Amino acid sequence: MTTTTGIAAVTGAVGSAHTRVEGRDKVTGAARYAAEIPFAELAHGWLVLSTVARGRIRSVDDAPVLAMPGVLTVLHHRNAPRVETDYVGMLGRPNPVLGIFQHDRVPFVGWPVALVVAETSEQAREAAEALVVRYDEEPHDVAFFAGHPGAYTPQNNPMVQAETEKGDLEAQLGASAVVVDEEYTTPEEHHNPMEPHAATARWDGGRLDVVDSNQGSTWVASELAKLFSLDPASVRVRSEHVGGGFGSKGLSPHQVAAVMATTVLHRPVRVVLTRRQMFYLVGFRSPTAQRIRLGADADGRLRAFDHQAQSLTSTVHEFVETSAVLGRVMYDADAHHTLHRLVRLDVPTPAWMRAPGEAPGSFALESALDELAEKCGMDPIALRARNEPETGPVSGLPFSSRNVLACFEEGARRFGWADRDPRPGLRREGRWLLGTGTAAATYPSGVGPSTAAVTAEADGTFTVRINAADIGTGARTAMTLVAADALEVDPDRIRVRIADSDFGPAMFAGGSMGTRSWAWAVTIAADELRERLALGGAIPPEGITARSNTAEAIDALAKKERHSFGAQFSEVAVDVTTGEVRVRRLLGIYAAGTIVNPLTARSQFIGGMTWGLSMALHEEAIRDQASGGLVGADLAGYHFAAHADVPLIEADWVDDPVPDDPVGIKGIGEIGVVGVAAAIANAVWHATGVRHRNLPIRPDRVLRAAEGARRA
Amino acid sequence: MREFGYERVFDVSGAVALLGADPDARFLGGGTNLVDLMKAGVERPARLIDVRELPLDGVEFTRDGGLRIGATVTNSDLAAHPEVRRHYPALAQAVLAGASGQLRNMATVGGNLLQRTRCGYFTDLSKPCNKRAPGSGCPALTGEHHNHAILGASEHCVATHPSDMAVALAAFDAVISYETADGPGELPIADFYLPVGDTPHIETALPPGALITGVTLPPAPVAAHSRYRKVRERASYAFAIGSIAAALDVQDDVIREVRLAFGAVASRPWRARAAERVLTGGPASAEAFAAAADAELAGAEPLAENGYKVTLIRNLVVAVLTELTEEADR
Ligand SMILES: Cc1cc2nc3c(=O)[nH]c(=O)nc-3n(C[C@H](O)[C@H](O)[C@H](O)COP(=O)(O)OP(=O)(O)OC[C@H]3O[C@@H](n4cnc5c(N)ncnc54)[C@H](O)[C@@H]3O)c2cc1C
Ligand code: SF4
Repeated sequence: MTTTTGIAAVTGAVGSAHTRVEGRDKVTGAARYAAEIPFAELAHGWLVLSTVARGRIRSVDDAPVLAMPGVLTVLHHRNAPRVETDYVGMLGRPNPVLGIFQHDRVPFVGWPVALVVAETSEQAREAAEALVVRYDEEPHDVAFFAGHPGAYTPQNNPMVQAETEKGDLEAQLGASAVVVDEEYTTPEEHHNPMEPHAATARWDGGRLDVVDSNQGSTWVASELAKLFSLDPASVRVRSEHVGGGFGSKGLSPHQVAAVMATTVLHRPVRVVLTRRQMFYLVGFRSPTAQRIRLGADADGRLRAFDHQAQSLTSTVHEFVETSAVLGRVMYDADAHHTLHRLVRLDVPTPAWMRAPGEAPGSFALESALDELAEKCGMDPIALRARNEPETGPVSGLPFSSRNVLACFEEGARRFGWADRDPRPGLRREGRWLLGTGTAAATYPSGVGPSTAAVTAEADGTFTVRINAADIGTGARTAMTLVAADALEVDPDRIRVRIADSDFGPAMFAGGSMGTRSWAWAVTIAADELRERLALGGAIPPEGITARSNTAEAIDALAKKERHSFGAQFSEVAVDVTTGEVRVRRLLGIYAAGTIVNPLTARSQFIGGMTWGLSMALHEEAIRDQASGGLVGADLAGYHFAAHADVPLIEADWVDDPVPDDPVGIKGIGEIGVVGVAAAIANAVWHATGVRHRNLPIRPDRVLRAAEGARRA
Repeated sequence: MREFGYERVFDVSGAVALLGADPDARFLGGGTNLVDLMKAGVERPARLIDVRELPLDGVEFTRDGGLRIGATVTNSDLAAHPEVRRHYPALAQAVLAGASGQLRNMATVGGNLLQRTRCGYFTDLSKPCNKRAPGSGCPALTGEHHNHAILGASEHCVATHPSDMAVALAAFDAVISYETADGPGELPIADFYLPVGDTPHIETALPPGALITGVTLPPAPVAAHSRYRKVRERASYAFAIGSIAAALDVQDDVIREVRLAFGAVASRPWRARAAERVLTGGPASAEAFAAAADAELAGAEPLAENGYKVTLIRNLVVAVLTELTEEADR
């Protein structure tokens, strides 16, 4: 059959609602996740984690465990294959926790000390739980608090600029008519996707083959190649369906353990994490202690801006929760200072949890803005409008597009903001006090180099190959729509294959960069293919393939401040006699470039907003000072919003063209979270007259605050 | 997780005999607590004896007009039962306030009474805990205890009993029936849960090997005007941080009878007898309610992080009794 593109060009797939192309497979159970894919001769590994927070392993009594039914091997620091951890990967130096079983040091509770492999998962688990590991314990410190004596400013961290500074802060604060100087805290939070982390590794004709659940198979494959000193071409990683990632699904010890075990045993080995192990092994959000100082003229114009954020990291690796980056984008002032400080504690290394930096940072900053509005006697939206910068407050660069005020305008109209009485503590409905609040949102719009291949098949269909990851976002569907428009054909004729490192390098699903990065590569390849097909002629049986690589185009992109923006609105009800807080309404309006698929985009936004709601009211991991571990590290103990907590949520967007961007996509994975906790905290103040500067706003905190207010 | 055997039983004496023959066996109700504890390694039974096919799944009137609830009645069926809703509404509300729809469909009355504490140390084998490993210590005393007991605890354990259902049962003087190899027996709920003392691992007065067969609610006209209110850290699917079951009979502005029980404040559902004494025969006013709450809470011994529960319970007593009074007036 000879086919060119459609007779009449079809476009307009991007921007119209499409259900997920793999939706039916997922709801019928036909879609298989990493831990469900069968392998002949599969063996099962179970990780054993340290129970002490600091010390050395004295002994691993593997002999009795090796005699247990079905046990094949016990890997630990005395017998495990060696790995190379002295390298620089896609995101810098590897987290040393990937170098499992290489030495006897234990730097935190949850450090992997052994892997028990058995014929069945149950046998492996029973044996792993029976394994006795003895330690020489050393005193530990897991106490995070503002002004910890060990706090330092990170130097030369490739992932973050620790400090920015301009103007004379103290002088401007002194000259300010109104000053806000407050401290805010957010707790340790954990990302727990529904699907636990799972990897199966095997050697297949001299190649390492890993079936995984991850956010980027290029990334995982390249790290595994480096760790095991393999030729990158001899590592294949696939990750067809992923039940959520949120920043937690990169490379973790379980993939390394699976590769070690398959190397030793010469048969496929699967390692799946338990929910409790996920609380220790896949990263988390550091607690933060933030101080914000704002100085303004009586009309709200900012003279002084200071945001200092302290977070924690482990003793083995440096990770900075970049809470203070918001002000570098959002607000200018004559004197402007942002600073990150770190404390090294005997805990696992934190990592990127959805909206890293911006989520806790926006709670502090957007709460402080609300406090400033109160002090100035101004509407919080008017205050933000007054301080809208022309160019990047720190960089001086132009914005690619900045439509935050349009978001506030549209949001205020839909929310009914104009009728709001700004005074707190006035509205009552039965036992509930009612209030409303707002906050701004922003998140960087980044992009990473990617390759793609688009093939015109002889049967008239098209196959797109890109090593993207669909972590539940609808990425596969989005790429289908992008390719359809570029090829000018109906989406039904397109099959998108993703998540296979053999497709060539591509950006991972993270930092809200996936869709923008992949769409760019797919568009270029599809454009080229369409042009080739336009020349006419038969399509050979193997099809015609066009390939792309966006590396150079991305390098050539003009330097600008590129960000998504948004405005969050919330209405809450608070019973100060019981401490209960219920969110009644959330509205988020976003300016986030081209929205590829309104259906899944809306899900992303409301999912992010629900995440922000959980952050405001529920989420908090409790670290036990005595043991250094967590208490209640499961989904009964670690709370996030249940359905009954989630109110009417509306998410929508305003036009946000990005003229100099070839795809116009900005990314939407994270901005939905940003600002929500502040909008809720601001609404709680509006309802009760009490500021909550420590998250989550738990009933006991509301009760204590009400007691305090009554006594005062 | 240890390998275990599974058996289903169809008659009460068979169930009791089977359990008696194997000290490592446990009864299995809905499994919603036991199986979780097995996964955590806290329970390691060699054999599970599934009691759900026993003929104990009925709710019926007793001769004196009370209600007898079978031990294997599911939480969902109990909450939906029309006579329960009519005569003991706080019980239906309490059950509905617990867990989730799926869990309530599985959970049984017997299992609900015997569910274990949600103290985070108890379910974590890597940590000490007197309840799980007697003599190992109680890390909650100086550690995480913001949802622990304020009443009746001891230096050996400050855990709370998590059941909502049991709080309503305590307010209504439920009697728990059981069967042992030596024959049947009964325990009023006030004697069913033991004081903590220095044996936090021994939670009930049930004889070893006993099968709970049912719960009897004596007739109590006051119970028809009752309410359960639960405060938790999210709107659903969370255990209480404070709850109350209350029943009130007010006539001519005088309290004829009142029942009060608190949840999430002690190792057992806490019947507030001191408060009841203060209220009975007195006025139904907010001041009286507050004074009664204070009388009950005078014995509270909060820890560093759970003192808010005193305020919370006090506020709940006033709010719920005020509501019940206002409804009685209508
Ligand atoms: C996520 C989650 C949230 C929850 N939230 C709440 C809540 O908010 N409020 C609340 O009250 N509860 C809550 N629960 C607990 C739930 O109510 C209990 O798990 C349930 O009631 C236990 O009943 P079961 O039949 O499943 O007991 P099982 O788990 O089967 O058994 C529990 C214990 O009782 C014993 N047993 C069972 N039946 C008998 C019998 N007839 N005679 C003697 N011994 C017996 C078992 O051997 C075992 O020791 C929650 C549970 C979960 C998992
Ligand atoms: S409070 Fe009780 S259950 Fe909790 S750790 Fe202490 S002894 Fe164990």
